[in-house]
Amino acid sequence: MLFEQIQENKRKTVYVMIGFFALVLAIGAALGYLFMRNLISGVVVAAILAAIYMAMMIGNSTNVVMQMNHAIEIHDAREYPDLWHIVEDMAMVAHVPMPRVFIVDDPSPNAFATGNDPEHAAVAVTTGIMARLNREELEGVIAHEVSHIRNYDIRLQTIALALSAVISMLVNIGSNMLWWGGGRSRDNDREEGASNVIGLVFSILLLILGPLAASIAQMALSRNREYLADASGVELTRNPQGLINALLKIANSEPMQAADPSSAALYISDPFKGLSRPGAHLFDSHPPIEDRIAKLRAM
Amino acid sequence: MLWFIIIIILLVVGAVVFYISTYNNMVKSRNWTDEAWSQIDVQLKRRNDLIPNLVSTVKGYAKHEQDTLEKVIKMRNQLVEMPTDNRQATMAASNQLTDSLKSVFALSESYPDLKADAEFTKLMEELTNTENKIAYARQLFNSSATRYNNQIQTFPGNILAGAHNFQKVAYLETPVEEKVAPKVSFE
Repeated sequence: MLFEQIQENKRKTVYVMIGFFALVLAIGAALGYLFMRNLISGVVVAAILAAIYMAMMIGNSTNVVMQMNHAIEIHDAREYPDLWHIVEDMAMVAHVPMPRVFIVDDPSPNAFATGNDPEHAAVAVTTGIMARLNREELEGVIAHEVSHIRNYDIRLQTIALALSAVISMLVNIGSNMLWWGGGRSRDNDREEGASNVIGLVFSILLLILGPLAASIAQMALSRNREYLADASGVELTRNPQGLINALLKIANSEPMQAADPSSAALYISDPFKGLSRPGAHLFDSHPPIEDRIAKLRAM
Repeated sequence: MLWFIIIIILLVVGAVVFYISTYNNMVKSRNWTDEAWSQIDVQLKRRNDLIPNLVSTVKGYAKHEQDTLEKVIKMRNQLVEMPTDNRQATMAASNQLTDSLKSVFALSESYPDLKADAEFTKLMEELTNTENKIAYARQLFNSSATRYNNQIQTFPGNILAGAHNFQKVAYLETPVEEKVAPKVSFE
């Protein structure tokens, strides 16, 4: 059951990532069509930008993300001995190196993991989670986060973050150029006729809908991965009840203040409690907590 | 004729590559189990070092609990003297020590001053930590051992295992009550 779930998730992830790349290239093509009369050069520019962005993010993502979320690193077991020891335990049983450990000063209980690969990974928890969860529950949460690290979800999220950034940059360039009247000259348009108009409309539509599609793809990636991390976290602790109780406590709490909106998908549970976009499930970064608990109960 | 020779060469190269990778995978899996065992070993030693501190701290508050404390000391010394190459016996002794430690921690309920003692709180976290690490390292050991045993018992690994004398690894038994609630919590 768990194995099939993991396979299913991996397959879906591949589709979404392919779609994501295709979207970046399509937006590049639209820009190329609009301003350079050449689809290919637009695609090449988009691909190069995406490569540069990803290299930058992958090299330094942990520090960037931690800073965006106001997280402070702890270096040994002195300040939060139980947290430090639990992270050690989970890293050991998951057979990954000890990640860096961060604390976010926020009364709302939550946690996340980030990084590029298990050798350069980090977990962060809020002071709220330390205050409200007992050891068993904290173990469930840390096991979930360490599973994100072991399953390379952290790299996936880092790449998704970089691709979204590339898309919003391309769209920004495109709309600025449209606004200032760049691109094709009017007389050319008149000569080339109707097919050209369709191309133009399609390109502009792509620029408008691109960022929307990007955030839907990013959220879909994150939603799938949450179920998987829940399941493999329980495989580490052998104790679904700990994570269930933790999720219940996290669900019944106030939204976070220190969280950064663009890293919302990283957290174990939506830090904004869906307040920003009520009703629109397509944009949810996390599956409903009731569904996650139901799946954990069935294990 | 040339094609025939090329095919033979490819087959031989393929077989050699397959042989090497299977062999290396089996060695890697066996190393994983040894590594997991050394984790357990480290934690057992750490716990043995912590127990004298615990006993002297508890003594100050709970003078009438001599029996409980002596039992812990006895269990600890038994474990210290045991040769660690017998994994099954070591783990059995360790499980007994875990049980007697639980009764020491239970004392804190009847001695509020002890419970409030900073040194005792610190020792409690340290010992909880070693107990959990032992439990998790045992889990890691058993899952690594399953992987390794599967490799050396299934085809074609079993042929290599026979030729290079790879031995089956025995699992470490999990104490009964831990199967229900796997981890020790002294809270």
